[in-house]
Amino acid sequence: MILRRVAVISYGMTKVDKHWNKSLRSLFGEAALNAINKVKNPKIDAIIVGNMCASDLSDQNNIGAIVADELGLTPITAYRVEAACGSGGAALLTGFSLVSSGVYDVVMVGGVEKLTDNIGKMISFSLGKAADAEYELFYGATFASLNALLMNRYMYVYKTPREAFADFAVLMHKNGAKNPYAQLPFEINREIALNSEYIADPIRLYDCAPIGDGAAVIILCSLEEASKYTDSFVEIIGISGASDTINIASRDDLLSLKATVTAANNAYKMAKVTPKDIDVAEIHDTFTITAAISLEDLGFCERGKFDKFLYEGAFEPGGIVAINPSGGLKSRGHPVGATGVYQAAEITMQLLGEAGKMQIPNAEIGLTHNMGGVGSSVYVSIMKRVK
Amino acid sequence: MMSVPRYWREIPYRIRLEAKKCKLCNYVNYPPRSKCLKCGSTEFEKYILPKRGKLLSFSIIRNPPIGFDKKTPYVIGLVELEDGTRLITQITDIDINELKIGMEVEQVFRKITEDGDSGIIQYGVKFRPKNM
Repeated sequence: MILRRVAVISYGMTKVDKHWNKSLRSLFGEAALNAINKVKNPKIDAIIVGNMCASDLSDQNNIGAIVADELGLTPITAYRVEAACGSGGAALLTGFSLVSSGVYDVVMVGGVEKLTDNIGKMISFSLGKAADAEYELFYGATFASLNALLMNRYMYVYKTPREAFADFAVLMHKNGAKNPYAQLPFEINREIALNSEYIADPIRLYDCAPIGDGAAVIILCSLEEASKYTDSFVEIIGISGASDTINIASRDDLLSLKATVTAANNAYKMAKVTPKDIDVAEIHDTFTITAAISLEDLGFCERGKFDKFLYEGAFEPGGIVAINPSGGLKSRGHPVGATGVYQAAEITMQLLGEAGKMQIPNAEIGLTHNMGGVGSSVYVSIMKRVK
Repeated sequence: MMSVPRYWREIPYRIRLEAKKCKLCNYVNYPPRSKCLKCGSTEFEKYILPKRGKLLSFSIIRNPPIGFDKKTPYVIGLVELEDGTRLITQITDIDINELKIGMEVEQVFRKITEDGDSGIIQYGVKFRPKNM
């Protein structure tokens, strides 16, 4: 039961990039100050922070204390939640629950990831831990290869042309080229995507999200109190998390990620909306195959027909739902534990009409979809403009 | 790094491929679980997985994780065994151009990796084309 309705009153982000001159601490500080400075003196009661890899790549645990320290906000409670690449979404669900339940009034939900403080092999090793260490990684499987198993199967069952996946990446880069926060803000074409190097067949480089650093922050409070802090805010009208077996071999259906279906259906029900009501969505496209399956599982297109819908313009502004105006994980970038909070910040921007060149006209209801592992931890939220 | 206790502890399900079969609904739980994934029962019997199956999907690893550099490129497969149980494994003894979804495969015992010059040599099951 929801005791209090919850508003997002502010947001802040850093550009996603290889931030050689910024630390885990300073990245979070930059995003948090961007958020704090947009609103009138919010007294923050707690910080919930999503992060996946700091213990591996920055030799740092206890991330909550680090960020409270950085912001001079001790002694408020602050802690990390971790659900691999879904850590940001998990942080959002936790922050929502704290405000909704009345435990705290104003909660900062953030995500931060500093991947580039280590070498490539260690970064891959750390990211791979989203999969099952004993039953998948032991055999030399990589995170990309597990997603490649789904892609190979998808193309085998549905006879989907390889080009469709490349064309989704092209669309993401077209969107991301307009995003000042994007790590890869440039357009590509089908040939570039199709001729990029193999990572784990059939996945090529341009099917993958890039490696980058970044931090994003949003500030939550009860809907009733929101106007104390700002004139423009959005409401979180639906939110849910779901899990699935960590080992993809334990699943009956390889072409649907059930946790997305469950989380989305719960969130739609809570928000009293259907997929048709969503104007703009930031979905978790770690790989182009993840996007295809997620679009189907979220109810934005029929199963096995993501390519047909793509070519009809369903995922562009003016189509069924504008997908990833930020460029998504593919072009905005994927600072893993922060990605879910980037999505929430971007949807807030869209609903407030503050998204600049990325703006989807008259966006009223938006959705975020954040995933950890190969669909083993999923978080979906639905937000609405308050006017 | 693989520790000795961990390697030793994982032998039943890693090397003997021991699963737990649910006494109520007959679902084979692999990994063995505390409660059955399908019906929630806690009544199980020990069950050894079949040695043959077919390839549901595969991927060729070009960017290997730590410890797998020497074998690159190699093949990761999702295999469905004769009883319907699925597992992730390596597909071995095959030219990568001959890989096909649906091909029949059988179990073979092989070295998987080793931890540097003085760590544990890790063994496990891979699958190869049937009747080689």
